[in-house]
Amino acid sequence: MVRNALQRLLQSVLVLLGAALLVFLMLRIIPGNPAAVLMGEHADATVIKRMTEELGLDQPVLVQFFRYIADALRGDFGTSFSLGKPVSELMASAFVNTLILALFASAYAWILGIISGVIAAVKKNSLPDRLFMGASLLGVSMPVFMAAMLLQFFLGYQLKWLPIAGTSDWTGFILPAIALGWNSAGSVARLVRSTLLEILEEDYIDTARAKGRGQMGVLMVHALRNAMLPVITMMAIQLSGMLSGAVITETVFSVNGIGRLAVQAISSRDIPLLQGTVLFSAAIVIIGNYVADSLYNVLDPRIRKEA
Amino acid sequence: MLSNRERKIVERFEKSRKIQSAGSLRSQIGEEETFFTMMRRMARENKLAVFSAIVILLIILAAILAPVLTPYSYSDMDLMNRLSPPSSAHLFGTDEAGRDILTRLLYGARVSLLTGVVPTIMSMLLGALLGVVSGIYGGWLDDLIMRLADITLAFPSMLLAMVIMYMLGDGLINVFLTLALVNWASVARIVRAQTLQLKKTEFVEAARVIGVRRGKMIFRHILPNCLPTLIVLFTLNVPAAILTESSLSFLGLGLQPPSASWGLMVNSGRQYLYAAPWLSLAPGIAIMVSVLAFNFLGDGLRDVLDPYQKK
Amino acid sequence: MADNTLEIRNLNTSFFTQHGEVRAVNDVSLDVRRAQITGIVGESGCGKSMTARSVMGLVRYPGRIVSGRIRLDGKEITGLSKKEMCSLRGNELSMIFQEPMSSLNPVMKVGKQVEETLRIHQHVTKEEAARRTEEIFREVGISDARSRMACYPHQLSGGLRQRVMIAMAMICKPKLLIADEPTTALDVTVEAQILSLMKRLCEGGTSILLISHNLGVIAQVCDYVYVMYAGRIVEQADTCTLFDHPVHPYTRALLGAASSLRSGAARLETIPGGVPNLLHLPSGCSFSPRCEKCARQCQNEVPQMLPVSGEGHLARCYFANVPEE
Repeated sequence: MVRNALQRLLQSVLVLLGAALLVFLMLRIIPGNPAAVLMGEHADATVIKRMTEELGLDQPVLVQFFRYIADALRGDFGTSFSLGKPVSELMASAFVNTLILALFASAYAWILGIISGVIAAVKKNSLPDRLFMGASLLGVSMPVFMAAMLLQFFLGYQLKWLPIAGTSDWTGFILPAIALGWNSAGSVARLVRSTLLEILEEDYIDTARAKGRGQMGVLMVHALRNAMLPVITMMAIQLSGMLSGAVITETVFSVNGIGRLAVQAISSRDIPLLQGTVLFSAAIVIIGNYVADSLYNVLDPRIRKEA
Repeated sequence: MLSNRERKIVERFEKSRKIQSAGSLRSQIGEEETFFTMMRRMARENKLAVFSAIVILLIILAAILAPVLTPYSYSDMDLMNRLSPPSSAHLFGTDEAGRDILTRLLYGARVSLLTGVVPTIMSMLLGALLGVVSGIYGGWLDDLIMRLADITLAFPSMLLAMVIMYMLGDGLINVFLTLALVNWASVARIVRAQTLQLKKTEFVEAARVIGVRRGKMIFRHILPNCLPTLIVLFTLNVPAAILTESSLSFLGLGLQPPSASWGLMVNSGRQYLYAAPWLSLAPGIAIMVSVLAFNFLGDGLRDVLDPYQKK
Repeated sequence: MADNTLEIRNLNTSFFTQHGEVRAVNDVSLDVRRAQITGIVGESGCGKSMTARSVMGLVRYPGRIVSGRIRLDGKEITGLSKKEMCSLRGNELSMIFQEPMSSLNPVMKVGKQVEETLRIHQHVTKEEAARRTEEIFREVGISDARSRMACYPHQLSGGLRQRVMIAMAMICKPKLLIADEPTTALDVTVEAQILSLMKRLCEGGTSILLISHNLGVIAQVCDYVYVMYAGRIVEQADTCTLFDHPVHPYTRALLGAASSLRSGAARLETIPGGVPNLLHLPSGCSFSPRCEKCARQCQNEVPQMLPVSGEGHLARCYFANVPEE
């Protein structure tokens, strides 16, 4: 099992390196010298040339790449063109906001999703089932920006319960968290329902009932624990998705997180910042997948043994 | 022929079947299904999927017939009628330049449907080809393709789309390319998995034994058998592409005005959210309805074709 | 009366599907005598499992018991509330299933699963439960009981898993044990072990209802046998009588098929035709379409269970008492 974990870890690191290389190459394909962009339109040629050398842009791309990776490993992602601060510093402060938002969103999404999924499965085809599944469908197919704008309009503008945008205090995180979590609540509810329905057909559910377990006991002790295996995996992946930056939600609600930082980097053509944020996000996703895999291995004794 | 519930019962009845008798309960009720009868079964059992298919057809028709359906032009401004609420003259009201929102919705349907369908076809072709090649040939080629897929999937899709858009620049073609490049990887993975399964089946084995060339095998035997999966993937990937495009446009990174994509309309209406909410609401609802319809249809198709669950 | 642990009278269990009512159990009456093994034999889908599930109260939607009475140890159990049924199941009435792999919860240690039965029905401490579990593991012949208790189902062999299932069913010392094809998924050698274990349990005072499609299994352990076909009991007799003097054409055909297999006959004897569709049962005797003796009467009217010479031997056939030519 340890060997398997290490093997997967190595693979994850390789994928991360590949991702870094891909981003690096894509951002080098763009026409125009970043040094020229940095110095502005009216800079003269010698200044640009000096800047190019200073940034190492005259070196071959691969050399630049390995230099970048070496620096990144020491926590140095370069300096933002547009904001003039170290990228690592900008990302660190943005990540705090993203983290708070993600935790708020996932906490409510999971609680809501699991409870409504279980109720829907147990009372299959009842009114609550139809209601929950209808709501979760809306959650799954409503674009995040729509949910965000509706929340702003009703809860923020008309009812004035919560701030429309900005995160001056914690209440500012509530609306974005609802908008962001709505989607995952829907998919968790649907997954819980379908897995639970499948598991309730299993033979060992019969065994549990033959033992004299009541409805509740069968559900809690036997069905739910098995049903949670795929759900937990999904939740780990969702959380990593949120942590890698909720681009739309953060933009609509002006939350200064990783996603918004990436949007800002694009609109100001700030390559070091864009490179840093995208790489950071990819790292989070890869870690999320790794954790999801590992969780599954730990929770399911069948895989635990094979590994 | 059988509902799922009934098939389960039949399976339960048959589970312990050991004494072989000439006929079984299952063959009496009739288990063999062709693609056509499966579609009929879906039509009978899943009204929602049928309804969704009709909605999608209507949207397509509306997009094609846009000039016939509306007296207005999608770009003519009428500054006397800015931001007017829904009325009999303008069913969904007008926008900040006095343009009729319904008209822009109809023309926007063209863009949104195209950005849903074209990149999905591109990504399916690319993904299916790479997936089959990966599964058939194996070896370093398989490794290379699968690692590329892993890398593509390592990025949050929105962020990857943003970076590719940034790299390629604006424009409809670039939006197509971006969406195709973001979505090919999952298709390739699924098709590869299915190819590996098919490779083990007897008819492919037999084809190999009698010396059918691998290229021929792909088109004769593998791809046709992946078709049900691809159909389901297609109906589920189209709404995903529509959503990604509208999100990109919403951020101002996709299409640029004066194109009328639904995402773009939501974005430009955002400034007037409080004064004239219908500006954003109408295109937003249009996105939701079409995404829902495609998802319902996809779910219905998956239930009958069931390509994932086949063991 | 008290010498029957289980009495079923005129039990009807049906599935209500889109295509109509599927009569899985059709007017079944049977007794399980105290400290005996009673068998039900028949092809798959003939209703034997559904009979067992009806007794346990485990018939799944869209199936339900339509009518009939079931008595456990003289006490009526049809019409008991869900809660009352729960307190019976696993305690006075237990069941083991065919597939010992899928019948055990894959993410729970087997020791815990066995203890669970005990702790549902009796107030015992953790230590006491563990001790009793270890004891029952030994009783059902699981060596190295203590360490096996800490195993997950997938770590055990099929035979061991079935022993765990039996331990789980027996830990509360039930009056009746229902075994639904307990050895079908097992090797022949393991089958023999499990069967001898069941015999031992029976000698210890437990009444057992054994369900099997395998005549060999039935012949080895049962005291009394019911033959089921298409939801109905077609013949019943003590084991020796049934195997020596089968009367119903279906029983004969089954025995013929089995013996031609055993003797290595050049041609396997088979039963012509197929099992009838339970949705559309023939109006008369369900076996009539496949029966070589079929007369007009057989096609029109369902025969009653008629006594045959020999005590406790009944058959649902108009020709039950017509001597062989």
